[in-house]
Amino acid sequence: MGNLIGSEVVINMPGVDRGMAESGKSADASVLKIAVGQLNFYYGQRQVLFNVSLDIPDREITALIGPSGCGKSTFLRTLNRMHETLRGTRAEGKVLLDGQDIFELDVVKLRRRVGMVFQKSNPFPKSIFENVAYGLRINGMARRGQMAEVVEKSLRRAALWDEVKDHLHKSAYALSGGQQQRLCIARALAVDPEVLLLDEPCSALDPIATAKIEELLFDLCDSCAIVIVTHNMQQAARVADHTGFFLLGKLIEFNKTDVIFKQPAQKETEDYITGRFG
Amino acid sequence: MNRLTWRKFVNAVMLTLTGLCALLSVSVLVVVLGYLGWNGWQYLSWSFLTHLPTPVGEAGGGMANAIVGSGKLLLIAALTGIPTGLLGGIYLAEFGGKTFSFMVRYTADLLNGVPSIVMGIFAYTMVVLPMHHFSALAGGLALGVMLIPIVLRSTEEFLRAVPRPLREGALALGASKWKAIATVVIPASIRAIATGALLGLARVAGETAPLLFTSFNNQFWSHGLNQPTASLPVMIYIYATGPYTDWHRQAWAAGFILLMLVLVANIGARLILSRGSPALRG
Repeated sequence: MGNLIGSEVVINMPGVDRGMAESGKSADASVLKIAVGQLNFYYGQRQVLFNVSLDIPDREITALIGPSGCGKSTFLRTLNRMHETLRGTRAEGKVLLDGQDIFELDVVKLRRRVGMVFQKSNPFPKSIFENVAYGLRINGMARRGQMAEVVEKSLRRAALWDEVKDHLHKSAYALSGGQQQRLCIARALAVDPEVLLLDEPCSALDPIATAKIEELLFDLCDSCAIVIVTHNMQQAARVADHTGFFLLGKLIEFNKTDVIFKQPAQKETEDYITGRFG
Repeated sequence: MNRLTWRKFVNAVMLTLTGLCALLSVSVLVVVLGYLGWNGWQYLSWSFLTHLPTPVGEAGGGMANAIVGSGKLLLIAALTGIPTGLLGGIYLAEFGGKTFSFMVRYTADLLNGVPSIVMGIFAYTMVVLPMHHFSALAGGLALGVMLIPIVLRSTEEFLRAVPRPLREGALALGASKWKAIATVVIPASIRAIATGALLGLARVAGETAPLLFTSFNNQFWSHGLNQPTASLPVMIYIYATGPYTDWHRQAWAAGFILLMLVLVANIGARLILSRGSPALRG
């Protein structure tokens, strides 16, 4: 379990424009977590990702933006090989997690290390407790006595504990949309992933619930690398250390967030973030 | 007539037409149920439920053996048909490749449409002939075979109705495919699947044709699964076509019992389903 109080010097300023605030931190100084090299992706005959190369730093937040259908979600799903659940998909290229090729890792082990939160909250039709305990149970990761402890810790990390501690054994469906999404985050955190992938986690949530999740991300990146796909450029600007811009299956630009938003190198990036298209 | 009046007119006609047909289908059911209920209830008695049939000409008696016999047949049918259909349905929904799934699905639909008397002939050839006598086993197996496509298709449908994100959630946590199916997908749809099985069982409970030359009939108690066995549908057939008024009354009562069994199964199934998981209802 990663410690709650970050051992690294990362300044947490929830609600503050962090990408800007931490502009002094250079990408080179951060530890590399995932290295993607020349990734091509196909749905059957149709190619949707073209030679994407991208370095994802550890313990920082990386945002991927771009118009619908630009391949950012596909890219995200490749990082824990979720694309393999769909027939007819093919990924070519290198994706290294701590230097290991993920396509050579056991997929079950990979997904335990690289957790995922989906666009629409998808709690299991079980109790709140069982939802969080699920990953531990199927992976045989906690003994009976520890289970409650890990569940509490995960719910605390997902900032949900205080709201649900009195009815842990109620159905997860009794929770609100925002709570359900935080429950899904808690569920992913329970197995202590090294990387957390979030696929537009706030697209179905109101601004208050969104703010809660964004605050949560600041805390979480003390213990793992976070990659978030978002349609919302303000969200990327608020939460991310690094931002990548995808267009038509290509990674147009990847840099520190404030560079992307203030001095984008590419014309397409500038057009997109200034709202000229997309 | 201008356009608007014409549209209103068509609207009124269609509404009336559909409404009438809906009423017609309901009233058929109500009349059947009412007639059967009225006649059956009259002749129902405690001894009908607890006594053996009496010899012709002797008043009284009941169909206790047929009630127990039907239970036996349904038990065998459930034990053979439900697991086969269930696991086959899981394969179809979760694992099957395109061509093979298509074949299985198509065959199951055909099997579903095979006249039930043909099922009887099948069970007769496979079980009765080698064993040289009628038995509950043969009848139960005939019903079980009929149950397979029903359970198979309903299981498949309900599993497919489980939202994809739910599976992905499990897989993303490191569950293997089977583990995701066993711990998330099936629990999310188990009530619906159980309902499908129960309704299927209720359907085969009333089948007569496959039993005529498999479990046959018996005026007495049959022991074990290896003897000719009385069942409600066959008793109804024999008693209703017989020449005696007393038999006709018994047939009404037997019909009533059978109807009650099916009704209870149906209502039970609805109850199970209504308390079902929101994952499927949503």
